[in-house]
Amino acid sequence: MADHAGVAAGDGVDLDRRKFLTRATIATGAVGVAFAAVPFIESWSPSERARAAGAPVSFDLSKLDPGQMALPVWRRQPIFVVRRTPDMVKRVSGHDSELKDPESKSSDQPPYATNDLRSRTPEYLVLIAICTHLGCLPKQRFDAGSLSPSWPGGFWCPCHGSRFDLAGRVFDGSPASVNLRVPPYSFPKEQLLLIGADEKGAAT
Amino acid sequence: MTAKIATGATGAPPQAAAGSAGKRFRGWLNKRMPVDEFLASQVTEYYAPKNFNFWYYFGSLALVVLVLQLVTGIFLTMFYKPGELTAFDSVQYIMREVNFGWLLRYLHSTGASFFFIVVYLHMFRAFLYGSYKPPRELLWLLGMLVYLALMAEAFMGYVLPWGNMSFWGAQVIINLFGTIPGIGPDLVLWIRGDYGIADATLGRFFALHVAAVPLALLLLVALHLVALHQVGSNNPDGVEIKEKKGADGKPLDGIPFHPYYTVKDFVGIGAFLVALAVVVFFVPTFGGLFLEAPNYEPANPVSTPADITPVWYFTPYYAMLRAVPDQRLGALLLLLGVMAFLFLPWLDRSPVKSMRYRGWMSRTALAIFVVAFVGLGYLGMQPALGIYVMIARVLAVLYFLFFILMPFYTRFETVKPVPERVVYHAH
Repeated sequence: MADHAGVAAGDGVDLDRRKFLTRATIATGAVGVAFAAVPFIESWSPSERARAAGAPVSFDLSKLDPGQMALPVWRRQPIFVVRRTPDMVKRVSGHDSELKDPESKSSDQPPYATNDLRSRTPEYLVLIAICTHLGCLPKQRFDAGSLSPSWPGGFWCPCHGSRFDLAGRVFDGSPASVNLRVPPYSFPKEQLLLIGADEKGAAT
Repeated sequence: MTAKIATGATGAPPQAAAGSAGKRFRGWLNKRMPVDEFLASQVTEYYAPKNFNFWYYFGSLALVVLVLQLVTGIFLTMFYKPGELTAFDSVQYIMREVNFGWLLRYLHSTGASFFFIVVYLHMFRAFLYGSYKPPRELLWLLGMLVYLALMAEAFMGYVLPWGNMSFWGAQVIINLFGTIPGIGPDLVLWIRGDYGIADATLGRFFALHVAAVPLALLLLVALHLVALHQVGSNNPDGVEIKEKKGADGKPLDGIPFHPYYTVKDFVGIGAFLVALAVVVFFVPTFGGLFLEAPNYEPANPVSTPADITPVWYFTPYYAMLRAVPDQRLGALLLLLGVMAFLFLPWLDRSPVKSMRYRGWMSRTALAIFVVAFVGLGYLGMQPALGIYVMIARVLAVLYFLFFILMPFYTRFETVKPVPERVVYHAH
């Protein structure tokens, strides 16, 4: 800051007062800049149109045969909807010791999916089809032994090799460190899946 | 400062007003703007070391590529249409229907890769001759900011054609921000402006790529040059030419930048343009290295390319990211890999600048570093499987050991005596 050059102490100038006023002006200006930045920063948040397009989507489960998978899109994210057979459900257990987060303690899912099968009902598995590593689309490898001799079936990410079981739980040695995310979902009536909304209402 | 004193004498002479029309105009101009003074202090009486070699081409070449990218970029902007429904088609329109559109685009896409080739060689020169050491620390930091801005510019530029690799590359890179504890997921939503990579994302990347980042780049390059002309160029011997001046106050080992180095640089520019033309006309995609095959398909949010790899200039850091079996630590390692360069001026404790006078430890360390960087670059383009990941881990460790051990091996090795004056053989 420029000092008070040219002002002698005897000029009757109160230098402390000047200093205070200069600092107060700078502080006020800084607050103004901070407020003025808000509209610019906020313009980057999802617009009303993007939010409206992110409304819950419904999916007709009668289209799925046992063992089949569908890939509907919710909020621009592909969603895995798998109708697990009793055999597939059985293959979810037995390898807990090879998983990073078998009880989904540090993973992201609604309370009703915080269980071994990570689903509301054993039959239907609903997952966000985005690898928790860096966002690629994992591929289905449902058959036992299809990836390695001991492979129990699940998902495999082609980008960086993350592996998940038939409940979307991540295996040790994968670059991903948490399980595949579960979106909020509900079954408002028989054979109808609503992705993005549950008893608590639509996702925020 | 000596340059300033010298310019006082060559500034607009007072009798200029009495001469020819040209001289009168110059006098008129210089009274209102210090044109002659500026040219003298920065060009015709700016003294650069007389022993510059091959490695000193790449600074001026970087400026040439910058201009090439600005000019071709401006023309591409006239035909390109940002938007998730229009972007891919408008690039096809440029390639097939705009007169010489293919040339404009290939110059721009090849220019991007050449920019990084030139910048990496320019940076290697600094490693070789200790050009980041005092008094050039700030010059080095400004150069590194140029490099960071260039990486942002190149990444966003690669998203604009809206091919499938554009889309998935953006997905991977933006999700890196999601690994930041706490604010990660909200930050990613804010950067994308939608629940996935979308129209909103493309629009802001376009604005940043064509306006915001180029302006920042120009400013940083200008500051880089101001800092360079304040401290003067280093040279292959790492001798400060300003310390040995003649009776006229000019460095004994210095020669005026113009005409000596302008002429030299034009030779370099000629060779550079030949290389650029060969690539643009005969191998514009460079076998998938400069333009990747999956980018010839439109963006598809429900189909990942078989293997997502960035363009070659990012692959060393990408290999580091993939070498770690934890996404947060991997992203952190990538960040550290890029940022390590910033600390170089303070990690290097060697009493000499140039590799010519350093011991075997510094030389070996630099050789290992080059092998690690190039090796990681190769591995970043390979699938992240078994042996490739293991080698990437070894090379990443070597990469960081180069920086971590630098304060020790530069301090305790025996160095050769540095000559008083630069080594120079007239020819």
